[in-house]
Amino acid sequence: MAFFMKYILTILIFFPAVAVLILLPINKKNEGLLRNLATLLSLVEFIASYYLFIYFKPDTYKFQFIEKFNWIPSFGASYFLGIDGVSLFLILLTTLLTFVSLLSSYRYIKDHVKEFVILMLLLETFMIGTFAALDVLLFYVFWEFMLIPMYFIIGMWGTGKRIYSAVKFFLYTLAGSLIMLFGIIYIFIIHYEQTGNFTFNLMRLYNTHIPVGLQILLFIALFLGFAIKVPIFPFHTWLPDAHTEAPTAGSVILAGVLLKFGIYGFFRFAIPLLPNAALILAPYIVVIGVIGILYGAFVSIVQKDLKRLVAFSSVSHMGFIMVGLFALTAVSINGAVYQLLNHGIDTGALFLFVGMIYERMHTRQIKDLGGIAKKAPILTVLFLTSVLASVGLPGLNGFIGEFLILIGSFRSYPVLTIIATSGIIFAAVYLLWMFQRVMFQDPHDQTAPYDHHLEFFDDMNLREIITVLPLIILMFLMGFYPSPFLDRIGPSVLHFLTMLNHHKILYNAIKIKTGLSNA
Amino acid sequence: MDFKTSITWLIPLFPLAGWLLWGLFGRYFKGFSGYLASAFIGISFILSVILFFIVAYSHGFTDTLYPWVHAGTLKVGVSAVIDRLSVIMLVMVTGVSTLVHIYSIGYMQDDKGFSRYFSFLNLFVFSMIMLVMSNNVLLLYVFWEAVGFCSYILIGFWYEKKSASDAGKKAFIVNRVGDFGFATGIFLLFMSTKTLNYEKIFAMVPTMPTLTVTVIALLLFAGAVGKSAQFPLHVWLPDAMEGPTPVSALIHAATMVTAGVYMIARFHVLFSYSHTASEVVLIVGTFTAFFAAFIALTQYDIKRIVAYSTVSQLGYMFMAVGIGSYTAGMFHLISHAIFKGLLFLTAGSVMHGLSGELDLRKMGGLYSKMKTTAITFIVGGLALSGIPPFSGFFSKDAILADVYNKGFYFAWVIGEITALMTAFYIFRLIFLAFFSESKVDKNLHVHESPKIMTVPMIIMAFFALTIGFLGIPPFNHSVFYNFLNVDFQNAKNFAPAVNGMPWYVLSSISVAAGLIGIYIAYLLYIKKAVDPEKIKTIFKPVYALSYNKVYIDEIYNFLIVKPLLVFFDFLWKVVDIKIIDGAVNGIAGAFGSFSVKARKIQNGMLMSYLLTISIGVAAVLFYYFIR
Repeated sequence: MAFFMKYILTILIFFPAVAVLILLPINKKNEGLLRNLATLLSLVEFIASYYLFIYFKPDTYKFQFIEKFNWIPSFGASYFLGIDGVSLFLILLTTLLTFVSLLSSYRYIKDHVKEFVILMLLLETFMIGTFAALDVLLFYVFWEFMLIPMYFIIGMWGTGKRIYSAVKFFLYTLAGSLIMLFGIIYIFIIHYEQTGNFTFNLMRLYNTHIPVGLQILLFIALFLGFAIKVPIFPFHTWLPDAHTEAPTAGSVILAGVLLKFGIYGFFRFAIPLLPNAALILAPYIVVIGVIGILYGAFVSIVQKDLKRLVAFSSVSHMGFIMVGLFALTAVSINGAVYQLLNHGIDTGALFLFVGMIYERMHTRQIKDLGGIAKKAPILTVLFLTSVLASVGLPGLNGFIGEFLILIGSFRSYPVLTIIATSGIIFAAVYLLWMFQRVMFQDPHDQTAPYDHHLEFFDDMNLREIITVLPLIILMFLMGFYPSPFLDRIGPSVLHFLTMLNHHKILYNAIKIKTGLSNA
Repeated sequence: MDFKTSITWLIPLFPLAGWLLWGLFGRYFKGFSGYLASAFIGISFILSVILFFIVAYSHGFTDTLYPWVHAGTLKVGVSAVIDRLSVIMLVMVTGVSTLVHIYSIGYMQDDKGFSRYFSFLNLFVFSMIMLVMSNNVLLLYVFWEAVGFCSYILIGFWYEKKSASDAGKKAFIVNRVGDFGFATGIFLLFMSTKTLNYEKIFAMVPTMPTLTVTVIALLLFAGAVGKSAQFPLHVWLPDAMEGPTPVSALIHAATMVTAGVYMIARFHVLFSYSHTASEVVLIVGTFTAFFAAFIALTQYDIKRIVAYSTVSQLGYMFMAVGIGSYTAGMFHLISHAIFKGLLFLTAGSVMHGLSGELDLRKMGGLYSKMKTTAITFIVGGLALSGIPPFSGFFSKDAILADVYNKGFYFAWVIGEITALMTAFYIFRLIFLAFFSESKVDKNLHVHESPKIMTVPMIIMAFFALTIGFLGIPPFNHSVFYNFLNVDFQNAKNFAPAVNGMPWYVLSSISVAAGLIGIYIAYLLYIKKAVDPEKIKTIFKPVYALSYNKVYIDEIYNFLIVKPLLVFFDFLWKVVDIKIIDGAVNGIAGAFGSFSVKARKIQNGMLMSYLLTISIGVAAVLFYYFIR
């Protein structure tokens, strides 16, 4: 046990990769075994990750479960892991959603099952590694490796223009990442010039002093990498394509975890590494965030494809999170991090339901759907719960995050926050209208080819209920009782702000000393 | 937890448990879920009455169940405020709920969603109780939205009907528009007071700049306009009649729609410190009272008439709280809850007897066939018309007398005209439905409703007759006033009485207005002294305006909904696909048309393609390491 707790992060990162080794010798025709074993192993991984939560000490901002080994000493790169309250929950979200995604694919994924489960498990390794890495190079390696399994998942098991979508996803995010890499290397070099030490250790790099002008240039470089990943308007167009064509499991992971990396990157790297640039550019980013909120909502309203609608809603939701993060108040950042988790849970669940409907109806066109509520009461209730969580109905998790973001941002940007708040109206419009058309409306006046599928529409089976149940429970739990989460996120957020304020004071002092100040 | 706090938290617990029980295991309870749900709410009612006496004979208190949201400087608990204002509301809410639940057992008897119905209804009662008890703005907002959600699912209860699910959606979205203001108000409140707790906020209000107080009050009022269906956000309430009628009685007459009035009474300190905000409340209330009564004059759908009447009566309540007569507003809230709940239940009974018929033109002569329904309906109608000794007389008069005596003569005149119109439209309904010659479909077997429905109606009628005596004029010496007004001591008296017109003079005018209204209806529909069709043709434009609900829905559709949809479509098809994505693909194309090739290449060859990229990445990394 002591060994387990000491190396828990490494174990969590590489357990799925080891699981792949277990799966490799199994004959690919033995699909049942492959599925069940992979799902079981991902469940073991999730349960193991829960130990992080149990042994995580709240009330401290310090990184925990730290592991540090030399990796490439000549460049100062190390195998340096550790988590704070923010990465803790993101890792838990990852392990949960991986399990959920594997469980959700029993019906849809019929070909190349072996390849599929192996890619999903590999993806999990890379995702957890990215969240746990405190060495910038290590982070970058995990970050880039993530793209590969996801690329194949979209390209091989997707629908429609899947190759186009996969390539677009790959190239777009890769382009952003390379610009980001350039920024990281530049900071690395500046640090070397200042101290004479090669290091990719994030904690040391935090102390690099970079002139403000250069900071802004570097921030833009990092911004591109993270903003594309989030994605922020106007870098979002890869997302609807990738989401729509990806298989359900891919969409869940994409929305649930991969989009989180952009925000996480800002929180962990871009802002603390380049604090002055962040402070200067924050108002502009908030503006972009607000545009994203409304733009995503507006475009969602007129979508004709159910899945694309949910995909665009992510643009709107991620806009809220960006606003919360860059409003730079304790309340709003708490809200942004909380909403990060909520978005993973709520949108993940929405994609699961969209997948279930698609598997039964063989269409995602809203105009061809309807009348499902009568056929499938369980699906209706659970789907509605997820829709309402996404709408931000109080009592469910989405509300807490949205509310904290908005009430916290209001102090910094009253007018922009009011505009952002109007997003809650449009969220209700696109989601409830969608739900009405897909679930309630009588489909009689609609096209006949799908009547047959509707007639034989079966309600959720036990496996499907188990798939979504953890997410549904979390929606209620995080809506009614957010303290276990907020208590652990809070100290990290506070420390983040303290670091930032420190730089603010320092920066102002320098300005006064050098006569830069206008006053 | 001592006795009184245990009772406090048990009150919402029963409906909450009911929601889960009938929601999850409804199929096992079958028909019993109705009786059990009623019993659960009944227990909450008894507990509320006990709590009422505890507070009446000792004093109010607050209690925190558990800390809820702690983030940065924001600290909010799940906490309750139990004072005279909240116990009055609790007793009313649980009392009316119990009766409506019992009534529903009969009304919903053969519905296949029987358990689902009671599950939602219990959830609503839970949310409404919590809304009333909340001790901080966040919790208030949470349950403010929660009751709205319950309203959404109950309006759309028969979701197969497009009109029903449309109406539910419309209610939710229109309310969200109001809540957008409400939420913004909360943000501003938090920014200026650093707290969301009622007591702390109210303690700070006197020291806050008037402009801030005004803006906050107006934003909160925007929420009230949505929830209490005031102009211009009233459009959802008439459509909400698509839901089962007991739902209309409970949610859209007695409880949820009054939440806006309750909220202002709760925030009386805030509103009383802003003259401007209070004036806006008065203006909106007065206008809505008149406007909705005007529409009700010509409608033929009995539920819609009663619905517009609710909008109108809520306008009276806003008049009261707009001039700082919070106790009078609350008195009308309680009395209206009973007589309007009664009117809806009886309207439901008419529907029940006529197999769902709502059109006045297909009724008539029902008195002989359903006496209990007719008599209880008339009791409700008399109360609504403000005829003594029915409750509406006392409560509406308490408001109008204050409006006059505080010098708002114009509002008073509008109020009296509205009273006349009110008496007319409700007696038009009564005469056409119950007395004039029968136009009922001959094949229809008209029958009185079962006891399980009529008994709650009779109980409501009894209270519609008696509750008014708590406010025997002069109102500011009455039992009700003496009980409740102590809770409004901290309000700033911004509109002192300027006129001492004796109450009996004002009351006589009101009663006269009511009687004239009834008499006109009598002349038109019983004596047929003038043919109503003739009046229609003489006042054609005015009639058309009223009959078409002042075209508000059409205006919204034409000015807001349609243009926005066109704009959104443009955003997607042109801005998103052509411009933004076009640019992305253009750039990609310029870089060696990767994406174009990729589309042509099939699965197998992508591997090599990917390899190239990986090599590229490695090369870049390598270059920087070597440097």
